[in-house]
Amino acid sequence: MGYKLDKTDINNIFKDLSKEYLIYAPKLFEGEGTYSDTDRVRYGEIKTIDDIVFDKKALYSYKEVLLPISETLFFFTEDTIKESDAPKKSAIIFLRSCDLHAVKRMDDIYLRNGQEDYYYKRIRENAKFILMGCEDSFENCFCVSMETNKTEEYDAYLKVNGDDVYLDVKDAEFEKLFITNENIDIKPDFVTSNDVSVSVPENLSLDVMKSEMWKDYSSRCIACGRCNFVCPTCTCFTMQDIFYTDNGKAGERRRVWASCHVDGFTNMAGGHSFRLDKGQRMRFKVLHKVYDYKKKWGYHMCVGCGRCDDICPEYISFSNCVNKLKDGMEEVEGNE
Amino acid sequence: MSKNEYIPFLSEIKEVIKHTEIEYTFRMEFEGDVKPGQFFEVSLPKFGEAPISVSGIGEGTVDLTIRRVGLVTNEIFNNYVGDKLFLRGPYGNRFEIENYKNKEVIVVAGGTGLSPVKGIVDYFSNNSSEAKAFTLIAGFKSPNDVLFKDDIKMWENNINLILTVDNAEDRYEGNVGMVTKYIPELSIKDINNVAVIVVGPPIMMKFTVAEFLKLGIEENNIWISQERKMCCGIGKCGHCKIDDTYICLDGPVFNYSKGKFLVD
Repeated sequence: MGYKLDKTDINNIFKDLSKEYLIYAPKLFEGEGTYSDTDRVRYGEIKTIDDIVFDKKALYSYKEVLLPISETLFFFTEDTIKESDAPKKSAIIFLRSCDLHAVKRMDDIYLRNGQEDYYYKRIRENAKFILMGCEDSFENCFCVSMETNKTEEYDAYLKVNGDDVYLDVKDAEFEKLFITNENIDIKPDFVTSNDVSVSVPENLSLDVMKSEMWKDYSSRCIACGRCNFVCPTCTCFTMQDIFYTDNGKAGERRRVWASCHVDGFTNMAGGHSFRLDKGQRMRFKVLHKVYDYKKKWGYHMCVGCGRCDDICPEYISFSNCVNKLKDGMEEVEGNE
Repeated sequence: MSKNEYIPFLSEIKEVIKHTEIEYTFRMEFEGDVKPGQFFEVSLPKFGEAPISVSGIGEGTVDLTIRRVGLVTNEIFNNYVGDKLFLRGPYGNRFEIENYKNKEVIVVAGGTGLSPVKGIVDYFSNNSSEAKAFTLIAGFKSPNDVLFKDDIKMWENNINLILTVDNAEDRYEGNVGMVTKYIPELSIKDINNVAVIVVGPPIMMKFTVAEFLKLGIEENNIWISQERKMCCGIGKCGHCKIDDTYICLDGPVFNYSKGKFLVD
């Protein structure tokens, strides 16, 4: 059902919801950009509608809400283990269509790849998603190529126009909040074209591993892992045990975000590791995003948000690399 | 709510069998379904976790043969005495006994690679009539590195056993040479009824499988077991993924017809 409200109404509703929920949305962090006197837009907790940044792309995705950058799994003291408490409040997450498609990929790994993940599920099962529309495409976006530019899977859609707030509500619990409002027709804004487009070759196969194209990245990539950390579909983690300096017998086990580009990702005890060459790490990531994930789940992992291209300090373009795969395939087919 | 698989349980160390200075078998208390080829995460609060293959299955126990090579395993060796360890598992698939029954079975193991297949060797050593023939080629670096010496003595009576070391002093009387040396000399009655298992370091597996393919053994009659970094063991952390395969979920045991496509 669609509704028209003003900012005061929606702020009152946010206040009401904040008894049960923490509301996360792209937010301006003044002066926290990479360079001096620059700002950064990333996810944070918001109180009012004006806290939300609608006209810029969030540098990081919503994923840190469902999969915290560092998440304590349990505390230990000698032979006793205590599971960490679940967050006291559930999460409401403002996000765009591409990111909502990315939630499905996170669910694949954390709810459907083998058994369910206990920690993910306890946040995910009560989380609600509010869609932010896209009137225009942002720089480096290629959601249309990845078919993630539209979605119907939201609990609510919200758009601000001047002092007016328009909503399309699907979730039954949210619907109760608007019972007295007049019902109007609201359709989300979706982009239907991007400046960047990618094309994944039909004949793409593992043979492309042998292409020379990966060598371009061997020295360019500095293995910083930023592309993985900003990606809404990268979900790898590493276990980390820490203990408290005042009492070495007590501590906690955490899981922290991991990156397949960063040194040590495949290191095994005894010294063996794989993909020492950074070009091969690029190959591993790119093929995961647009080849092997689809074999397993039926659609590509990449949702085309372009954040990897936004963040790379070496100006490596993922979308460009995907578009080189066609030549890569031709090259290796020529070899045989 | 789903089970919290990340919380480890305490397991009593029932016995410690010392093979070499740096390789011990820890016989751990465990009640539950577990099969050869599977692994546990040995989970030491403060130090972390390490995936360790099951090297033997007893009444209410599992054996974990641990090589002292890293942070977690160092700590186990230093401080295990008369104690307990936190574990979680078992995880992964298994060597299915059914795949090897009534076959001429050949197992080739390099070093600690013997651990994950030891359950299979134990089974056919105790039930030798269930295989047409059973050969184990076990290779170690030197005579001092030989693992499972007591088991080897027992196996010698029931199966065809070739124990070899890569290098040894001149006066060593046993076999010296790589495991691959013995493969062309094997007497095989029916090449189509052979089942091969190869487990060891990546380079050893590569050359060993190549020898069997040279003999004309079909790819789908060869099984391998893979080792990778794993942080979760349950398909989440992503470290062990190769192509669309998760070693922890889909493996560690693979038929070679699938396993040959696993390029990191």
